[in-house]
Parts: sequence; C-alpha cells; structure tokens
Amino acid sequence: MEVLYEEQYQAIQATVERLYQDSNAMAILLIDKNGQEIASAGEIEGLDTTSLSSLTAGNVAATGGIAKLLAEKEFTGQFHEGEHTNIHISIVAQRIILVVLFDQRTSLGLVRLRVRKASKDIQTLLEEMSQQQQQQSKPSIFEEITDADIDNLFNDD
Amino acid sequence: MSFINYSSREINCKIVYYGPGLCGKTTNLQYIYNKTSPDAKGKMISLATETERTLFFDFLPLSMGDIHGFKTRFHLYTVPGQVFYDASRKLILKGVDGVVFVADSQVERMEANLESLDNLRENLEDHGFDLDKLPYVVQYNKQDLPNAAPLDELKNLLNPTGVPDFSAVAVSGDGVFTTLKAVAKLVLLELKKRR
Repeated sequence: MEVLYEEQYQAIQATVERLYQDSNAMAILLIDKNGQEIASAGEIEGLDTTSLSSLTAGNVAATGGIAKLLAEKEFTGQFHEGEHTNIHISIVAQRIILVVLFDQRTSLGLVRLRVRKASKDIQTLLEEMSQQQQQQSKPSIFEEITDADIDNLFNDD
Repeated sequence: MSFINYSSREINCKIVYYGPGLCGKTTNLQYIYNKTSPDAKGKMISLATETERTLFFDFLPLSMGDIHGFKTRFHLYTVPGQVFYDASRKLILKGVDGVVFVADSQVERMEANLESLDNLRENLEDHGFDLDKLPYVVQYNKQDLPNAAPLDELKNLLNPTGVPDFSAVAVSGDGVFTTLKAVAKLVLLELKKRR
C-alpha cells in the first residue's frame, strides 16, 4: 500500500511546479510505476492524465522488460518527438516516472538539464518520506472505515 | 499496488482480469464501460491488434463511490490471453490488488483454462504474490453456450480453493457487475486488514 499525505504531496507538487517553470515545458506528470498519477503541473486541462499515466507506465514496463532481456538494469530515459509535442520520460529512484511534455518553446537540452535537477530533488523527498513513515505511523483512513461501510458501498441494487 | 492519496482524498486500486485467449476479458470491460455513467468512468483504452485481439492490455478507470469522504477509484486491466504474450501478461500483474479469473465455460476450452490458471499462479509468484492470499474471484463466462460445461465441473476444476465465483454471459452483461463488485469489495476489505 502506498500512501501519500497532504504535506508530502505539497512538497512533491512544489518540485513539479518548479520543473514546469524552469524547463519551459507544456506539462509535467509524476506517475508511480503502476500507472497512478501522483502530481502534475502546467497545461493539463483537456489532457487525459489518467490514460496518459496508465499508457506511460505500460510503456516503461515494456521498455523495462526489454532491458531485462538484454541484461540491462533499466533504460532510464525515453524521448519521443512529435510534430507539435515532444515527450521526455525518465525514471526517478527506480520507482517513479517523470514525464515532461514540451514544444518548440523549449529544447530537449534544457528539459534534460532541468529533469536531472528535479530528479535529485524528488529522490531526496522520497527518501525523507520513507524515513518519516518508518519513524512515525500516522492514522490510516482504514481505521475509520468499517466492514459495514464497505458493504454499503456495493449495496446499491 | 493500492495508492492512498490524502491530498486528493482518493483510494486507488488495480484489478486485473486474467484468463485464456477469447474467454471474454475485454468483453467484461466493454460492458462495464458501456453501462457506467460518464462521470464515473474515464476513457477505455485498448491496445489491440488489427484483428481486435488484445496486444498489451485494456484499461478502464472507474469510480465506485465515496467512503468516509474518500473516492474509491479502481483501475481495471485485462491481459492478452494468447499464450505467446506471456512477457506482457507478467508486466501487467505488477502491483495488482485483486484478480478476476475469467474462465471460458466451453468444454473444449478446459485445458486452456487450466493452463492459464497455472500461468496466473506462476506469474504472480514472480512478483512475490500468492494467489491464495490475494483478493481473487472466478467468473465462468459463456454460460449461455450449448457446449458449456456444468457449473459443478467448472467449480471442481477451476476453483479448488472455493473463492467467490460467478456464472456469466459477458456479451449480455449477466454476472459482469456482480463479479466486479465482489472483487472490489474483497480488495477494500484486504486494505482494511492490512492498514
């Protein structure tokens, strides 16, 4: 079970916003390797981030499978160039996927540079988060939820 | 792996529909997609071949209501059923929270069912999961066909551990939501147990 608390989310969101500003990108997405969206920034209105997250995670999983077949640990990055939009995909701390969508307002070089910095920041945050979670266990939402609540959720017919 | 986001107040879970080729995994998702109101579902994605066989996966994000102010969101995936897509099947099981095994009830597909069930167990083990400890349900699909095996026989062969099981006709929707609700409920109960 992965858990993200409000203050952790705020810290991650701030890093993602900063990357969006610094890289001049269109949008940034942070996704876990199972395809769940963690944070996003930029021009995401009209963008189906749920589908994008799932497909990107599938893509990274398939690429990871190819790496394994070739006895590589992983391919850390991917870049796809479109007519209008480009996409840069990288893996942070072996478990989070960082996606940058960008157009001609910036360059691949700048994106790569800023991604490298943001990756380090995110990695540090993830390490802090896992330390915090080991030291202090916060109350889980599932402490409030009863079996009857779960039953009720499915008793609509 | 489930993902609980206290900021967006969401509980996200992953359910995988597994089973032999042409058993009706994609049909289950299509029926759910067609019968769910637009505000409770996202876009359904099918990565399929030109002949509409699943190549990598189908994906359907679904909301199933609120619980104590948290939205419950389920990401439904299917695997490609054809034997030679095993590498892809394995990838999709990563981080799974609940499994639906869709069996093809036709007598002549029994060997394919058993092979797929063995394959499910093996692929889960590769990810460190034990099928007997996961939220897991079985669906006997295509019960309307004249060559469908009797339910008792299907249960004996395909559900020796006696997990919740359902007969279904996915093309017409019989048993589709019953199966989904059963596995979703098991997933939430398991999360509660593991808290």
